[in-house]
Amino acid sequence: MATKAPSHQRQQLLGRAIIYGGLLFMAAFYLMPLWVMITTSVKHLDEIYAGSFIGLPKQITFEAWQTAWSEACNGTACRGLKPYFINSLLMTIPAVLLSTGIGAINGYVITKWRFPGSNVIFGLLLFGCFLPFQAVILPMAQTLGMLGLAGTIPGLVLVHTVYGIAFTTLFFRNYFISIPDELVKAAQIDGAGFIRIFVSIILPTALPIIVVSCIWQFTQIWNDFLFGASFTAGENAPITVALNNIVNVSMGRKQYNVDMAAAMIAALPTLIVYVVAGRYFVRGLTAGAVKG
Amino acid sequence: MSGSIPFSDRIANWLPRLVLAPSLLVVLVVVYLFICWTGWISLSSSMIVPKYDFVGLSQYVRLWSTPRWHTAVFNLVIFSVLFLGITTLLGLLMAILLDQKIRCEGALRAIFLYPMALSFIVTGTAWKWILNPALGVQKVVNDLGWTSFVFDWIARPSFAIYCVVIAAVWQSTGFAMALFLAGLRGIDNSVIKAAQIEGASLPLIYRQIVIPMLRPAFLSVIVLLSYIAIKSFDLILALTNTGPGSATEMPSTFMYSATFRRDQMGVGAASAMMMLMTVVAIIVPYLYSELKETGDGH
Amino acid sequence: MSTLEIDRIRKSYGIHEVLKEVSISIATGDFLVLLGPSGCGKSTLLNMIAGLDSITGGEVRIAGKVVNDLSPKDRDIAMVFQSYALYPTMTVRQNIEFGMKIRGVPPAEREKAVSKAADLLQMTHLLDRKPAQLSGGQRQRVAMGRAIVRQPKLFLFDEPLSNLDAKLRVDMRTEIKRLHARLGTTIVYVTHDQIEAMTLATRVAVMKDGVVQQLDEPQVVYDRPANVYVAKFVGSPSMNIIPGVLEVQGSTVSAVVDVANRQPARISGIPMSLETARKYAGKKVLVGIRPENFSIAAGDHGSTLAVDIDVVEPTGPDTLVVFNCGGVEVTARLPPKQASAGSEAVLSVDTSKVVIFDAISETRID
Repeated sequence: MATKAPSHQRQQLLGRAIIYGGLLFMAAFYLMPLWVMITTSVKHLDEIYAGSFIGLPKQITFEAWQTAWSEACNGTACRGLKPYFINSLLMTIPAVLLSTGIGAINGYVITKWRFPGSNVIFGLLLFGCFLPFQAVILPMAQTLGMLGLAGTIPGLVLVHTVYGIAFTTLFFRNYFISIPDELVKAAQIDGAGFIRIFVSIILPTALPIIVVSCIWQFTQIWNDFLFGASFTAGENAPITVALNNIVNVSMGRKQYNVDMAAAMIAALPTLIVYVVAGRYFVRGLTAGAVKG
Repeated sequence: MSGSIPFSDRIANWLPRLVLAPSLLVVLVVVYLFICWTGWISLSSSMIVPKYDFVGLSQYVRLWSTPRWHTAVFNLVIFSVLFLGITTLLGLLMAILLDQKIRCEGALRAIFLYPMALSFIVTGTAWKWILNPALGVQKVVNDLGWTSFVFDWIARPSFAIYCVVIAAVWQSTGFAMALFLAGLRGIDNSVIKAAQIEGASLPLIYRQIVIPMLRPAFLSVIVLLSYIAIKSFDLILALTNTGPGSATEMPSTFMYSATFRRDQMGVGAASAMMMLMTVVAIIVPYLYSELKETGDGH
Repeated sequence: MSTLEIDRIRKSYGIHEVLKEVSISIATGDFLVLLGPSGCGKSTLLNMIAGLDSITGGEVRIAGKVVNDLSPKDRDIAMVFQSYALYPTMTVRQNIEFGMKIRGVPPAEREKAVSKAADLLQMTHLLDRKPAQLSGGQRQRVAMGRAIVRQPKLFLFDEPLSNLDAKLRVDMRTEIKRLHARLGTTIVYVTHDQIEAMTLATRVAVMKDGVVQQLDEPQVVYDRPANVYVAKFVGSPSMNIIPGVLEVQGSTVSAVVDVANRQPARISGIPMSLETARKYAGKKVLVGIRPENFSIAAGDHGSTLAVDIDVVEPTGPDTLVVFNCGGVEVTARLPPKQASAGSEAVLSVDTSKVVIFDAISETRID
């Protein structure tokens, strides 16, 4: 190593500089929108209109956040994002838990209790991951109407749960398939049955994938717009729909700082989850590539 | 099976199937039956409410003679080509750069990926503000002294679709990067070492050896991004609201507005079926090949 | 009493037949090794004995009782798996106790059984650890402990040593043998390793393509393999199978084999019945000679063959010598430093150990 020619060393140094330069430039590009959102949300509206877009705020104010949270107008109602934030929580939490639980059991059956046709069933479920929801919106709207759930939060919980099963089953199937079948056989010889093996043997090993599934489902459901916009209106809308309405209100002087604060409020739950458990989030993302 | 098996054992044998049955039933209904249902509506004369008569393919004829749908399909093609091309290349480049034993790799990766955690509505809102000609990037550059700089794509019908591309690329490149990085990490290091010993330069090694070995990752990236492209809906509503005019209409937004805003349920259903067929054409062969490779013997 | 009878067992997945009418029966206290390459059906057979795989046809009887329709927990068996199959989230103690807990054994009794098993396997200090904190050998011990506390009629081992490194494998092999001697329980043990079969078994069943090729004591399987397949599978380096011609002169049976670039060699005094030998006289046969049955010829008497040595491979205690005979490579195991590559050697053959196989059916002829 010591005999390396100096020109070679210089070349290597240059290479490193280019690599780091490129990466830092990309990082700046990626962080810029977040930076703009945050700084804009804490500026006075006058400062914004005076032409400060990228710079630091002269004076930090949380007025816009206050407005976005409890006063911003969504159509005719001016109650801010707060009620819709709560709607989203009420919709997301049950749907996440239900779809994860069902996915766990499905994955267990598909990997550890294979029967003729179980692979076909998995294939049928799997396509659900890639279903363009436009193709089912109309019948779903009709069905929710028939069930008396049209426009309600329980209706959204139902929709998100049933369309989440495909992904959660995929997660658990891919995880459980790497657990040796011998574990189940050993437990069978020990006298444990279908449910006992699931509860005492399989589920305790599945903690990481439970986290992955919960995070993925949380992000998907919280960020959903299509179902929210199609199946709810007014009071029961989730936060993404409310945010879009607030931003698209075209009365008076556009309050960009309120728009950005509202966007931040809508983004915060998933961003926090990402910061806290990013590792699991990435695993969920790459699981979309079926084999992972 | 002989009749001597205890009843409880027979239940136990059927338990796995019983447990899976409700999920299967639900998916059969909400995916497959609903698709057929949509298909049926697309063959009916439904307007505001569904009607279950049969008018043949006339809704499809109407759909394909609607200029707005032509715009939507044309936009989808432009958007998909640019979005896929840029995202794949950029994602690959970032993955390769990150794979050079970089300091703070974790932090950089986190920065590249965080947009994937955001709602497209949030992304759209943010980029709408950034691309705003009066107060956004254009103004910043103007203020820096380059007064003739113009960046008002979002307000120009023939350029607005590129704004959607920019925002979508920003949101999804991290995803492509993550898949490529996983692929790169899966490559046996000794292959690269062997090539180095033979005197191959690093760019050559990547071009000739590493990138060809990433074929499965490419397949995943392209398929999954196509799927994102076809169903992209929220981003357009939030960023351009299909405007200016209907310059950024896409099949997904067309379907939504035909169904819920313009009382043309039959046309909406027909457009949904067109989208579905496109997705099926891409996804089904992909799933088939993936499952065939992982499929177990018995 | 814990005999095991496998009576014309069949297993098929669709049209694919994995086991074709396999029949094996062993006595109480026997150590049966199912030996064969992967895919020969040995693990399937073990799973069927355990009740983990359904039986397509035939009967399995444990201690005289048909168990075909019993679930695994009711068969009075215990099983040790290749991957150990320890429950990863439980401690060693909980792993061992799990089965007893399910059967409703009272805690005090469980405790006693655990400490007894732990004592026996010298792993008392490991009881509160999780499987991930154990080495391969320790995990293997725990898996055996879990089996022992059941006090089963039948122990089933599914390639229990395959995941261990070479040194540990030998140690654990000894341990299993000691355990069998101490507990005296009937054991069925699946492996693809012929040394494990030789060292452990009281009975070996060599399997291929779902058929038992030979079921006998290990030494018999080694000395008198039923066919060429068994001859080659058992023993390392494997038995040399040399094409030759059988001759009978008076009451002496001999085989003539070609030697590369040399005079054909005659191996005389092969132990087989004259009646059979006469039937095969003048016909092509396969001559089976174990490598250790060659030695450097002391004089000109007996059956000798002069050969040109190709390769010499010293292994330490002895040297493997490779030469060409009858168109095939032949290996002889000789004492060290008695031959060198490229040189000539005159070898004698211990004809009492030579086995003859039919050239077409490849089965042994006596």
